[in-house]
Amino acid sequence: MVPITTFHYLVVAAALFVLGVIGVLIRRNVVIVLMSIELILNAVNLNLVAFSHMWGTVHGQSNLNGQVFAIFIVVDAAAEAAVGLGILIAFFRNKETVNVDEIDLLKW
Amino acid sequence: MTAVATPWFFYALAGLVVISGVLVITLRNAVHAALALIVTLLAVAGLYLMLYAPFVAGVQIIVYAGGIMVLFLFVIMLVNIERASKERRFNRIWPVGLVAACTLLGLFVSAFVKGKELFRDRGMPLPESSNTQQIATMLYGEAGKMGQYTFAFEIASLLLLVAILGAVIMTKKKI
Repeated sequence: MVPITTFHYLVVAAALFVLGVIGVLIRRNVVIVLMSIELILNAVNLNLVAFSHMWGTVHGQSNLNGQVFAIFIVVDAAAEAAVGLGILIAFFRNKETVNVDEIDLLKW
Repeated sequence: MTAVATPWFFYALAGLVVISGVLVITLRNAVHAALALIVTLLAVAGLYLMLYAPFVAGVQIIVYAGGIMVLFLFVIMLVNIERASKERRFNRIWPVGLVAACTLLGLFVSAFVKGKELFRDRGMPLPESSNTQQIATMLYGEAGKMGQYTFAFEIASLLLLVAILGAVIMTKKKI
Protein backbone atom coordinates (compact mmCIF):
# COMPACT_ATOMS: atom_id res chain seq x y z
CA MET A 1 0.00 0.00 0.00
CA VAL A 2 1.44 3.34 -1.04
CA PRO A 3 1.57 5.78 1.89
CA ILE A 4 -0.67 8.81 1.46
CA THR A 5 1.40 11.86 0.54
CA THR A 6 0.59 15.51 -0.06
CA PHE A 7 0.29 14.67 -3.74
CA HIS A 8 -2.78 12.50 -3.10
CA TYR A 9 -4.54 15.35 -1.31
CA LEU A 10 -3.69 17.74 -4.12
CA VAL A 11 -5.28 15.38 -6.64
CA VAL A 12 -8.49 15.15 -4.57
CA ALA A 13 -8.55 18.94 -4.19
CA ALA A 14 -8.03 19.39 -7.95
CA ALA A 15 -10.91 17.01 -8.68
CA LEU A 16 -13.15 18.90 -6.24
CA PHE A 17 -12.12 22.23 -7.77
CA VAL A 18 -12.92 21.05 -11.29
CA LEU A 19 -16.29 19.70 -10.13
CA GLY A 20 -17.05 23.12 -8.69
CA VAL A 21 -16.02 24.85 -11.91
CA ILE A 22 -18.23 22.49 -13.93
CA GLY A 23 -21.14 23.25 -11.60
CA VAL A 24 -20.64 27.01 -11.95
CA LEU A 25 -20.43 26.76 -15.74
CA ILE A 26 -23.26 24.39 -16.58
CA ARG A 27 -26.00 24.61 -13.94
CA ARG A 28 -28.93 26.99 -14.38
CA ASN A 29 -30.13 27.23 -10.80
CA VAL A 30 -28.33 30.06 -8.98
CA VAL A 31 -28.57 28.25 -5.64
CA ILE A 32 -26.60 25.33 -7.06
CA VAL A 33 -24.10 27.71 -8.65
CA LEU A 34 -23.47 29.13 -5.16
CA MET A 35 -23.10 25.58 -3.81
CA SER A 36 -20.51 24.91 -6.51
CA ILE A 37 -18.60 27.98 -5.36
CA GLU A 38 -18.57 26.40 -1.89
CA LEU A 39 -17.07 23.28 -3.48
CA ILE A 40 -14.32 25.40 -5.05
CA LEU A 41 -13.56 27.11 -1.73
CA ASN A 42 -13.38 23.70 -0.05
CA ALA A 43 -10.88 22.50 -2.64
CA VAL A 44 -8.70 25.53 -1.89
CA ASN A 45 -9.00 24.88 1.84
CA LEU A 46 -7.98 21.26 1.37
CA ASN A 47 -4.91 22.41 -0.56
CA LEU A 48 -3.94 24.89 2.16
CA VAL A 49 -4.28 22.35 4.96
CA ALA A 50 -2.37 19.76 2.90
CA PHE A 51 0.48 22.22 2.38
CA SER A 52 0.46 23.05 6.09
CA HIS A 53 0.87 19.32 6.73
CA MET A 54 3.59 19.10 4.07
CA TRP A 55 5.75 21.74 5.76
CA GLY A 56 5.02 20.18 9.13
CA THR A 57 7.24 20.91 12.11
CA VAL A 58 10.69 22.32 11.34
CA HIS A 59 13.12 23.02 14.22
CA GLY A 60 10.31 22.52 16.74
CA GLN A 61 8.26 25.25 15.07
CA SER A 62 4.92 24.19 13.60
CA ASN A 63 3.87 25.65 10.28
CA LEU A 64 0.20 26.30 10.90
CA ASN A 65 -0.11 29.24 8.53
CA GLY A 66 -2.03 27.10 6.06
CA GLN A 67 -4.60 26.14 8.67
CA VAL A 68 -5.06 29.77 9.76
CA PHE A 69 -5.54 30.70 6.09
CA ALA A 70 -8.15 27.94 5.82
CA ILE A 71 -10.07 29.44 8.74
CA PHE A 72 -10.01 32.87 7.08
CA ILE A 73 -11.36 31.30 3.90
CA VAL A 74 -14.21 29.73 5.89
CA VAL A 75 -15.03 33.25 7.16
CA ASP A 76 -14.98 34.50 3.58
CA ALA A 77 -17.23 31.66 2.45
CA ALA A 78 -19.78 32.51 5.13
CA ALA A 79 -19.79 36.19 4.12
CA GLU A 80 -20.04 35.27 0.45
CA ALA A 81 -22.92 32.85 1.01
CA ALA A 82 -24.85 35.40 3.08
CA VAL A 83 -24.46 38.22 0.54
CA GLY A 84 -25.00 35.95 -2.47
CA LEU A 85 -28.18 34.46 -1.08
CA GLY A 86 -29.38 37.95 -0.09
CA ILE A 87 -28.90 39.10 -3.68
CA LEU A 88 -30.71 35.96 -4.84
CA ILE A 89 -33.75 36.65 -2.65
CA ALA A 90 -33.88 40.30 -3.73
CA PHE A 91 -33.68 39.19 -7.35
CA PHE A 92 -36.30 36.48 -6.98
CA ARG A 93 -38.70 39.01 -5.51
CA ASN A 94 -38.37 41.17 -8.62
CA LYS A 95 -38.08 38.67 -11.45
CA GLU A 96 -39.66 35.43 -10.16
CA THR A 97 -36.81 33.33 -11.50
CA VAL A 98 -33.61 31.75 -10.19
CA ASN A 99 -32.22 30.59 -13.54
CA VAL A 100 -28.85 32.00 -14.58
CA ASP A 101 -29.69 32.25 -18.27
CA GLU A 102 -32.84 34.26 -17.58
CA ILE A 103 -30.89 36.80 -15.53
CA ASP A 104 -29.68 38.84 -18.50
CA LEU A 105 -30.59 42.39 -17.58
CA LEU A 106 -27.04 43.64 -18.16
CA LYS A 107 -26.57 41.65 -21.34
CA TRP A 108 -26.42 43.77 -24.46
CA MET B 1 5.61 8.31 13.92
CA THR B 2 3.02 6.07 12.38
CA ALA B 3 -0.03 7.37 10.63
CA VAL B 4 -3.25 7.58 12.61
CA ALA B 5 -5.38 6.02 9.90
CA THR B 6 -4.68 3.56 7.15
CA PRO B 7 -4.60 4.65 3.51
CA TRP B 8 -7.98 2.98 3.08
CA PHE B 9 -9.55 5.77 5.11
CA PHE B 10 -8.10 8.27 2.69
CA TYR B 11 -9.39 6.44 -0.36
CA ALA B 12 -12.86 6.03 1.17
CA LEU B 13 -13.06 9.72 2.09
CA ALA B 14 -11.68 10.83 -1.28
CA GLY B 15 -14.20 8.64 -3.10
CA LEU B 16 -16.98 10.06 -0.93
CA VAL B 17 -15.84 13.62 -1.70
CA VAL B 18 -15.79 13.04 -5.45
CA ILE B 19 -19.04 11.04 -5.66
CA SER B 20 -21.06 13.45 -3.55
CA GLY B 21 -19.44 16.37 -5.41
CA VAL B 22 -20.73 14.89 -8.67
CA LEU B 23 -24.15 14.50 -7.07
CA VAL B 24 -24.15 18.18 -6.02
CA ILE B 25 -23.78 19.36 -9.59
CA THR B 26 -26.07 16.80 -11.23
CA LEU B 27 -29.08 16.30 -8.94
CA ARG B 28 -32.26 17.96 -10.14
CA ASN B 29 -33.75 18.80 -6.76
CA ALA B 30 -31.87 21.62 -4.99
CA VAL B 31 -32.59 20.15 -1.55
CA HIS B 32 -31.00 16.84 -2.57
CA ALA B 33 -28.00 18.75 -3.91
CA ALA B 34 -27.70 20.53 -0.57
CA LEU B 35 -27.73 17.20 1.27
CA ALA B 36 -25.02 15.87 -1.06
CA LEU B 37 -23.02 19.02 -0.35
CA ILE B 38 -23.27 18.30 3.39
CA VAL B 39 -21.80 14.83 2.75
CA THR B 40 -18.96 16.44 0.78
CA LEU B 41 -18.24 18.90 3.56
CA LEU B 42 -18.20 16.18 6.22
CA ALA B 43 -15.86 14.03 4.11
CA VAL B 44 -13.53 17.00 3.64
CA ALA B 45 -13.61 17.45 7.43
CA GLY B 46 -12.48 13.82 7.70
CA LEU B 47 -9.58 14.56 5.35
CA TYR B 48 -8.61 17.49 7.60
CA LEU B 49 -8.49 15.09 10.53
CA MET B 50 -6.17 12.86 8.55
CA LEU B 51 -3.95 15.91 7.93
CA TYR B 52 -3.58 16.57 11.69
CA ALA B 53 -5.84 19.63 11.58
CA PRO B 54 -8.54 18.90 14.17
CA PHE B 55 -9.45 22.54 14.74
CA VAL B 56 -10.04 23.24 11.06
CA ALA B 57 -12.10 20.04 10.87
CA GLY B 58 -14.24 21.26 13.76
CA VAL B 59 -14.67 24.69 12.17
CA GLN B 60 -15.61 22.98 8.92
CA ILE B 61 -18.34 20.93 10.56
CA ILE B 62 -19.73 23.72 12.76
CA VAL B 63 -19.59 26.63 10.33
CA TYR B 64 -20.07 24.91 6.98
CA ALA B 65 -22.21 21.87 7.66
CA GLY B 66 -23.99 23.63 10.50
CA GLY B 67 -24.31 27.29 9.56
CA ILE B 68 -23.89 27.84 5.86
CA MET B 69 -25.94 24.79 4.87
CA VAL B 70 -28.86 25.91 7.05
CA LEU B 71 -28.70 29.24 5.22
CA PHE B 72 -28.77 27.42 1.89
CA LEU B 73 -31.72 25.25 2.89
CA PHE B 74 -33.68 28.29 4.08
CA VAL B 75 -33.10 30.07 0.78
CA ILE B 76 -34.06 26.95 -1.20
CA MET B 77 -37.25 26.85 0.84
CA LEU B 78 -37.92 30.52 0.04
CA VAL B 79 -37.17 30.56 -3.67
CA ASN B 80 -37.50 26.99 -4.85
CA ILE B 81 -40.43 26.98 -7.20
CA GLU B 82 -42.37 23.99 -8.43
CA ARG B 83 -41.50 24.58 -12.05
CA ALA B 84 -37.78 24.10 -11.34
CA SER B 85 -38.34 20.35 -11.24
CA LYS B 86 -39.70 20.31 -14.79
CA GLU B 87 -37.11 22.59 -16.37
CA ARG B 88 -33.76 21.89 -17.96
CA ARG B 89 -31.02 21.44 -15.40
CA PHE B 90 -28.14 22.64 -17.55
CA ASN B 91 -27.33 25.66 -19.67
CA ARG B 92 -27.70 25.51 -23.39
CA ILE B 93 -23.90 25.83 -23.73
CA TRP B 94 -23.06 23.10 -21.23
CA PRO B 95 -20.67 21.20 -23.59
CA VAL B 96 -18.47 24.30 -23.79
CA GLY B 97 -18.33 24.54 -20.01
CA LEU B 98 -17.52 20.87 -19.71
CA VAL B 99 -14.67 21.13 -22.23
CA ALA B 100 -13.27 24.21 -20.49
CA ALA B 101 -13.37 22.48 -17.09
CA CYS B 102 -11.72 19.33 -18.49
CA THR B 103 -8.96 21.50 -19.97
CA LEU B 104 -8.45 22.95 -16.50
CA LEU B 105 -8.26 19.41 -15.08
CA GLY B 106 -5.64 18.48 -17.69
CA LEU B 107 -3.66 21.58 -16.74
CA PHE B 108 -3.76 20.60 -13.06
CA VAL B 109 -2.75 17.01 -13.79
CA SER B 110 0.18 18.00 -15.99
CA ALA B 111 1.38 20.59 -13.46
CA PHE B 112 1.14 18.14 -10.57
CA VAL B 113 2.85 15.31 -12.43
CA LYS B 114 5.66 17.58 -13.62
CA GLY B 115 6.13 19.13 -10.19
CA LYS B 116 5.65 15.97 -8.16
CA GLU B 117 9.09 16.29 -6.59
CA LEU B 118 8.12 19.64 -5.05
CA PHE B 119 5.43 18.05 -2.93
CA ARG B 120 7.39 15.79 -0.64
CA ASP B 121 7.11 16.27 3.11
CA ARG B 122 9.55 18.82 4.52
CA GLY B 123 9.39 18.38 8.30
CA MET B 124 8.11 16.22 11.09
CA PRO B 125 4.33 15.71 11.25
CA LEU B 126 2.38 18.40 13.05
CA PRO B 127 1.61 17.79 16.72
CA GLU B 128 -2.09 17.19 17.05
CA SER B 129 -2.60 17.79 20.75
CA SER B 130 -1.53 21.45 20.74
CA ASN B 131 -3.08 22.32 17.38
CA THR B 132 -5.92 24.49 18.71
CA GLN B 133 -3.63 26.25 21.16
CA GLN B 134 -1.09 27.11 18.47
CA ILE B 135 -3.75 28.42 16.11
CA ALA B 136 -5.17 30.55 18.92
CA THR B 137 -1.70 31.95 19.61
CA MET B 138 -1.32 32.90 15.95
CA LEU B 139 -4.77 34.49 15.79
CA TYR B 140 -4.98 36.24 19.16
CA GLY B 141 -1.35 36.57 20.23
CA GLU B 142 -0.03 35.73 23.67
CA ALA B 143 1.08 37.60 26.80
CA GLY B 144 -0.45 40.87 25.66
CA LYS B 145 1.36 40.90 22.34
CA MET B 146 -0.47 40.84 19.03
CA GLY B 147 -0.22 37.57 17.17
CA GLN B 148 0.86 37.13 13.60
CA TYR B 149 -2.72 37.25 12.34
CA THR B 150 -4.49 39.40 14.93
CA PHE B 151 -4.92 42.33 12.57
CA ALA B 152 -6.25 40.08 9.79
CA PHE B 153 -8.62 38.55 12.34
CA GLU B 154 -10.05 41.99 13.17
CA ILE B 155 -10.42 42.75 9.45
CA ALA B 156 -12.32 39.45 9.09
CA SER B 157 -14.74 40.53 11.81
CA LEU B 158 -15.32 43.77 9.90
CA LEU B 159 -15.95 41.73 6.75
CA LEU B 160 -18.56 39.66 8.56
CA LEU B 161 -20.24 42.82 9.87
CA VAL B 162 -20.43 44.21 6.33
CA ALA B 163 -21.82 40.90 5.08
CA ILE B 164 -24.51 40.85 7.77
CA LEU B 165 -25.56 44.43 6.97
CA GLY B 166 -25.51 43.70 3.25
CA ALA B 167 -27.64 40.57 3.59
CA VAL B 168 -30.19 42.33 5.82
CA ILE B 169 -30.45 45.40 3.60
CA MET B 170 -30.71 43.41 0.39
CA THR B 171 -33.53 41.23 1.62
CA LYS B 172 -35.65 44.21 2.69
CA LYS B 173 -38.85 44.80 0.76
CA LYS B 174 -37.97 48.32 -0.35
CA ILE B 175 -34.30 48.85 -1.10
